[in-house]
Amino acid sequence: MLSYLLFSVTIGGIYALLSLALNLAWGGAGLVNLGLAGFFGIGAYATALATGAGAPLAIGLVVAMAAGVLAGLAITGLTLRLRDDYLAIVTLGFGEIVRLVALNERWLTNGADGMSGILAPGKAALGVAGFNQAWAAGVTLLVILVWLLLRRLDQSPFGRALRAVREDQELAGFAGKPVLRLKYQAFALSAAVAALAGALYAHFQSYISPDHFQPLITIYIFLAVTAGGIGRPVGAVLGAYCVVAFLEATRFLAAVVPGIEAVQVAALREALVGLSLLLVLHLRPKGILPERIPPAPKAPS
Amino acid sequence: MEALLQAVVNGLLAGSLIAVPAVGFTAIFAILRYPSFAIAGYVSVGAFAGWAANTMLGFGAPLAVLVAFAAGAAAGLLCELGALRRLMPAGALTVAIASIAVNLILENILRFFFGNDLRGFDLPIQPDLIIGGIFVGLQQIWNLVLAVAVVAAVFAFLMFTRFGRAMRAVADNPDLARLKGIDPARIAAIAVALGAGLAGAGGVLLGLDTSIDPMTGYRVLLSVFAAAVLGGLGSIPGAVAGALALGIAEELALLVVPATYRTGVGFVAILLILTFRPRGLLGERAA
Repeated sequence: MLSYLLFSVTIGGIYALLSLALNLAWGGAGLVNLGLAGFFGIGAYATALATGAGAPLAIGLVVAMAAGVLAGLAITGLTLRLRDDYLAIVTLGFGEIVRLVALNERWLTNGADGMSGILAPGKAALGVAGFNQAWAAGVTLLVILVWLLLRRLDQSPFGRALRAVREDQELAGFAGKPVLRLKYQAFALSAAVAALAGALYAHFQSYISPDHFQPLITIYIFLAVTAGGIGRPVGAVLGAYCVVAFLEATRFLAAVVPGIEAVQVAALREALVGLSLLLVLHLRPKGILPERIPPAPKAPS
Repeated sequence: MEALLQAVVNGLLAGSLIAVPAVGFTAIFAILRYPSFAIAGYVSVGAFAGWAANTMLGFGAPLAVLVAFAAGAAAGLLCELGALRRLMPAGALTVAIASIAVNLILENILRFFFGNDLRGFDLPIQPDLIIGGIFVGLQQIWNLVLAVAVVAAVFAFLMFTRFGRAMRAVADNPDLARLKGIDPARIAAIAVALGAGLAGAGGVLLGLDTSIDPMTGYRVLLSVFAAAVLGGLGSIPGAVAGALALGIAEELALLVVPATYRTGVGFVAILLILTFRPRGLLGERAA
């Protein structure tokens, strides 16, 4: 039971990083990223390949984040001048392409069989229980660190400029904000955090396959960010842990609803995720912890 | 040369099937101004409704398409009125995200009742025809005829009926249409019923071509988007042209890249068209 709990804490932390990533791009700059699972996957495969070639963990994480940044810059470069709805369509496509490449380029990714035996730092030295404890603690610390960084960023002039872009990019442009550069930076940084989450996932599980990067993950994270409160890093973190708790709790559906098969349990869980997202959007669109927008200073009379 | 011609023919046949849901998607976009990801769910709902009509009630393909249209339209109206319409004031992006949730729900309702198994329609196996060295399945020709009939019916509806003309007026200029006394809520409902119905009909056409499962709609979602973006979001003739162009492009690309990358072609097509001609081949004028 304890190891199951620790496992959930680690996965919750990884989802929290993904939520922070989405919150930065979507909540901060208004850039919707439906390909989040793709960036997650890029990070996972990048570190698996790097550490598989003999690099230590730290290098693997750096390589993963660099790969995320590159992919993020490429996507933004192709789409940033376009409207939001196009960005949504293109990022969704991007997520599918990552999965398609991972499935088909067997020489690189071992295709549908996935990559196993990924470096799991500490597993040999600490044993399985110790490994789970160490990772739960380590990932949680990292979440706190990234959260503090992003909160700092959020309150900095950069964060305010991003918000200006989100609210009205033409006005932000008139006010002298470098709109395109801000979007590039926000999206690339967001992609890096998502890739970091993927890298941690790969090392924690020590096995990845294209099936782990289904678009469903992106929907989980959208649910987490909307439920927690779009535009507020702490909301994203809270939302992520809530979603993982929700997902784990629904595993026990089979015990509550008798006489349904495994595939029906899976279908019910996914339908509940969709229903929750709809309910949040309808009943509490600003989330549990709404974004705090300071009132405009009074005009001098 | 023959391989090239065969690819073009296959592309046109495949594209004509995608054209049906693509027209549905673009019709919803033209009136409601949000990209509906739920279109994938409507495709799957239609596919299963048509399949049930075919295998349980013994309906032929044309009747199954009609049943699928009705089921898709009903699902679309239900979701729009129950879940999406109230979110319109929050912006197109919020509705688009809600439509992803709607798609997830529809897909899993189907999965709950029918499981993940592939299901085929109950139709006599038709021989392949060979015309001038080109292979064409008889069933594919029937599907093409059905797709053309559906699209022709849509055009007739838009050109010759009162609601069709009102829809085009709203798509062209919503404010002016409202001044002329056109009720926007009613037109929105008609657009959703038409769009989701077309998606449902498309589901049966795709199912007749291969087989169906709850992911049928999601698998063609990227192609549907690509077709609509290629033709210019909101343009109905554009969606038809875009679907045919995409179908041919996919088949031609498969001559050089592995078949598993088929859906990738749609993505590349979207990127190319957005880079060089952002309003699409037959796109609307600058707003």
